[in-house]
Amino acid sequence: MNDRLKTTLGAIELKNPVMPASGTFGFGYEMAEFYDLDLLGAISLKGTTAEERFGNPTPRIAECERGMLNAIGLQNPGVDVVIERELPRVRALYHGVLLANISGFSVEEYVHVASLFDKSDVDILEINISCPNVRHGGMAFGTDPGAAKAVTEAVKAVTHKPVYMKLSPNVTDIAAIARACAEGGADGITLINTLLGMVIDPRTGRPIVSTKMSGFSGPAIKPVALRMVYQVAEAVDLPIIGVGGIATADDVIEFMSAGASAVQVGAENLVNPTACADIIADLIPTMDRYGIANLTEIIGRSHRF
Amino acid sequence: MNQGIYEVLSNKWIAPDTYEMVLYGDTRSLASQSRPGQFLNIKLEGLYLRRPISVCNVYGNEITIIYKIVGKGTLKLSMMLEGQMLDVLCGLGNGFDIEAAKGHNIAVIGGGVGVPPMYGVARALREQGQPVTAILGFQTMEAAFYIDKFRELGCKVLVTTDDGTLGLKGFVTDALRTTSCDYYLACGPQPMLKSLHKTGLPGQMSFEERMGCGFGACMGCTCHTLVGMKRICKDGPVFKSEEVTFGE
Repeated sequence: MNDRLKTTLGAIELKNPVMPASGTFGFGYEMAEFYDLDLLGAISLKGTTAEERFGNPTPRIAECERGMLNAIGLQNPGVDVVIERELPRVRALYHGVLLANISGFSVEEYVHVASLFDKSDVDILEINISCPNVRHGGMAFGTDPGAAKAVTEAVKAVTHKPVYMKLSPNVTDIAAIARACAEGGADGITLINTLLGMVIDPRTGRPIVSTKMSGFSGPAIKPVALRMVYQVAEAVDLPIIGVGGIATADDVIEFMSAGASAVQVGAENLVNPTACADIIADLIPTMDRYGIANLTEIIGRSHRF
Repeated sequence: MNQGIYEVLSNKWIAPDTYEMVLYGDTRSLASQSRPGQFLNIKLEGLYLRRPISVCNVYGNEITIIYKIVGKGTLKLSMMLEGQMLDVLCGLGNGFDIEAAKGHNIAVIGGGVGVPPMYGVARALREQGQPVTAILGFQTMEAAFYIDKFRELGCKVLVTTDDGTLGLKGFVTDALRTTSCDYYLACGPQPMLKSLHKTGLPGQMSFEERMGCGFGACMGCTCHTLVGMKRICKDGPVFKSEEVTFGE
């Protein structure tokens, strides 16, 4: 472990700022085939709902320029199975910081799932109010400041664990949503979830993904994510987990400069299963190249300009 | 499963839009002798997602794949030259359970681009001295490939074409009816697998789907089965006929 990579999310210390984003790493344990999970700064687990969900019909994956689209639709075995079966499996192989990622179709569902995870062996509750791939709920809570605040308050009322609200980029004013979450008592903000996008087969005119519109991610969205992290860092005084198109150590440094205390790697895990480990390994040489002694010193430095 | 850089030893046209490529590299993660039917996930310059391609044959450090040009990825793959390198995730998925087929009168069935993985299956069975009836379905004579290769393995080969230009006019299930086979191992388009399933014979079938990762992380390729939700890439791509449902 190297102190130069240490960072914090509130009172929680991370050995480095890099963690896989929810939904791109399964429940973690299967990725242990590729590298030692304890290298990671944290892991955000697969999005979990109250009941088991299959998600959307296939095809639910498509490619685009420098990125991809997905419409998984929150496939997961339901919170009870996640806590009883998946959590012990990942805990057997990973001893660091864990984020439960929680989705819901009503405030009551968020509260129910959060109250169960509150009693489980996770460190942070990451509340996904930004899934673009389910018809009701999901993103609906993340595109209206009043709804975002209501979910935050309701979840905060049932847990003592830090609550991070995961925001959607599909809004006009991201700062307003972040402020609403802060007012609701959020301990931090994760952003961004996927952008709502579309791909069409030029031969037939048919949308490739079954839901027609779906979540766009990958290196192509990085400038949007970086801009939004920057805006939210100006709007609220909360730790930020930056996510969106991160694939290199340079990307990590850019997001931290914009104001992120930690970062999530998403789509890149699917293309390069060792992406997180590779980025972590490359951080120190990259910091040396830029004359950065410790990562914490660069958090938010872009705001000076 | 492993990630590595593989050298293109050859990349040959074998039928219209159909190529046979031989790669050289680490083959340890391909449980080739006991579970043929695994796949590779290949990174191509300029394309974001990898392309899953089934393994046709493994010999020493050489892996043969056969693919059809269906889009940007396979087009790019077809332009790879001898000596060029590819970033490959190797040994993905679970192949066919050869042991479970033993004791049966086995049909190895491939339809179109579903033929290649069945070559490795037929080879594994033949090496264990099992008699094999290979039923290979193509759209037309021009599109047919690898028929002699199956014969060289010592399989009894039946060919069907949609238009009757080669072998029996009809589908692989028509040919299957002319045999006394009581178990199948199959890969091919969904309608073929569906009609095979309708025969009620026991067997195993390999599925394909658009994939995000190929190793179980994204849940992009999940299907319904009678034993729950399964990821085609990680839990499959081969499933037992009694687990499979076509949503009927």
